Amino acid sequence: MISTRAAQINAELISNKRVGSYHHMVFSVGDIASQAKPGNFVAISVGGESSSMVLRRAFAIYRSTERGVNGGLVELVVAPQGQGSRWLTSLEAHDVVDMVLPLGTHFGIPTEPVRALLVGGGYGSAPLFGLAELLKSRGCRVDMVLGASTAAKIYAPLEGKRSVSSLTLTTDDGTAGIAGQITDVLPKLIEENEIEIVYSCGPMGMLQAITAVTDRYQIMHQCAVEEAMACGIGVCMTCVLPVTGDDGVTRMLRSCIDGPVMDGSRVVWDSKRKIPEGTFGA
Amino acid sequence: MTFSFAADLAGAKLPNPILTASGCAGSGKELSQFFKLSEIGAVVTKSIMIKPRSGRATPRMAETPSGMLNSIGLQGPGVDYFLENDIPWLAANGARTIVSIAGETVEDYAVLARRMRNLPGVVGLEVNISCPNVENRGMVFSCHPETARAAIEAVRRNIGGELPIIAKLSPDVTDILGIAREVSNAGADGVALINTLLGMVIDTNLMLPKLAQKTGGLSGPAIRPVAVRAVYQVRAALPQLPILGMGGITNGRDAFEFILAGASAVSIGTATFGNPTAVIKVRDELSAILQERGFDSLSDAIGFAHREVQA
Ligand SMILES: Cc1cc2nc3c(=O)[nH]c(=O)nc-3n(C[C@H](O)[C@H](O)[C@H](O)COP(=O)(O)O)c2cc1C
Ligand code: FES
Repeated sequence: MISTRAAQINAELISNKRVGSYHHMVFSVGDIASQAKPGNFVAISVGGESSSMVLRRAFAIYRSTERGVNGGLVELVVAPQGQGSRWLTSLEAHDVVDMVLPLGTHFGIPTEPVRALLVGGGYGSAPLFGLAELLKSRGCRVDMVLGASTAAKIYAPLEGKRSVSSLTLTTDDGTAGIAGQITDVLPKLIEENEIEIVYSCGPMGMLQAITAVTDRYQIMHQCAVEEAMACGIGVCMTCVLPVTGDDGVTRMLRSCIDGPVMDGSRVVWDSKRKIPEGTFGA
Repeated sequence: MTFSFAADLAGAKLPNPILTASGCAGSGKELSQFFKLSEIGAVVTKSIMIKPRSGRATPRMAETPSGMLNSIGLQGPGVDYFLENDIPWLAANGARTIVSIAGETVEDYAVLARRMRNLPGVVGLEVNISCPNVENRGMVFSCHPETARAAIEAVRRNIGGELPIIAKLSPDVTDILGIAREVSNAGADGVALINTLLGMVIDTNLMLPKLAQKTGGLSGPAIRPVAVRAVYQVRAALPQLPILGMGGITNGRDAFEFILAGASAVSIGTATFGNPTAVIKVRDELSAILQERGFDSLSDAIGFAHREVQA
């Protein structure tokens, strides 16, 4: 689906705070903030007018507020891991960026209250807090598990925890929560909390591992995938991954338009560096 | 005297000389949320092939200094779907369309050209004989005079005279002028210069080529001087052959460079990825620059850099 809600705007940076390994950045975006839903993302051009970086950078929306003192706001959690995101996190209040939003699919919200488990890896946890608030406001019980390689890489702001009934942390090095990986604790959390749906966001390997668990328990898994994107608006075809449709046919779909939120059980994982056999047009 | 921005691209009459580049504008729908497609000279479609194609495995993109590599591999739904869905939609939305076609055999080009007859809103045909992404390097038609000629002749035989035929050439040859001459003799009404240049990036963490396909096509501002040179060379030798110029255009100044070198119109590709409204920006800036520099019309500026200057 091509979004008809997206707009290209000049967004003013309101604040930029370091939180652990990440930056929490707030932008004033005007009325378009009301169009953003959990799971949607923004695409920002980086490096300024004479930049040698020609591609847009995509960031999941951490939260959006329709009306603040500064009008509509979107908040992002940015990991300064590449040249573009380092440029972005070096900006100061009142700097202006060229932003396109809101883009992509959003997390589906069940019509009936359900028991939901939200799973985030690293800064992938960002869109889950807005989702938690929304689910809670619809009467859902929300449990959350966040994992990362080390404590500083877990993004779990205080205010974000208000909407969750339980929060479990895992780190590879044991510096916070349980030593190990998210998938080590998933079966127990699913069973104990009688989870009916899993929402997730994080590295592709993690999403694949979660899908293996949710498939075993036969519960829904809505995941926000992280494919490398060049444009964010569906025109470059670089962000594709194989997804099997209702008709049983696997197609290379754009994660910026048919995603980032996808049904985990429909994604053909393990497709890096090869097109799965039988894919449409292969 | 009012300024005339109208363009004539090998017989295609356009309100302005700003086009999208093939493979860089989706189906048109994606960009139409940001501007009306009728506001630009024409939409150039992705290269259409006979059958659906999944394209290449990922990663199929790598950002490079002032550019990018891609190995999309002509992912697309095939000509039947395209004619049923994309063409009517583009026409209904007021776009002037230039269809890009790509084949794996000479016969493919003939079949595709035949299917382009009498389509609503279609004002020209770009014949992609230069995509470097195909598996077999020998398949790059535009790298050899004989195969370049054969592909264009096949198109000519099937649609010649009905639509302007623009042959899109690869810069990955020692003598692009020779190829331009060959396709012109074979009946091309114009040439599109340039397609991407073959390149590679090695991921130094993985110590492997970054793209699954290993190599990819380089585009963006990094290739602009190569493109301007190609346009200038072809214009100098074949002044009557209309040129659609492209390669790294991001603003009006860049487009002006191509016009001065001899392009009748320009395509914007990679810049759209960084800025969805890049084509509108280029259009407005180029129009302003031409008027500032005292040109009464776009056509007066075409090839202006070729003039003799007194010492
Ligand atoms: C992602 C991508 C896909 C492309 N697909 C096609 C294509 O299908 N057919 C074609 O003739 N050229 C294709 N091209 C080449 C462009 O049309 C253009 O010739 C080239 O990128 C140089 O222009 P630019 O620097 O403005 O992008 C593609 C380029 C890119 C970056
Ligand atoms: S990022 Fe360009 S098509 Fe998805």
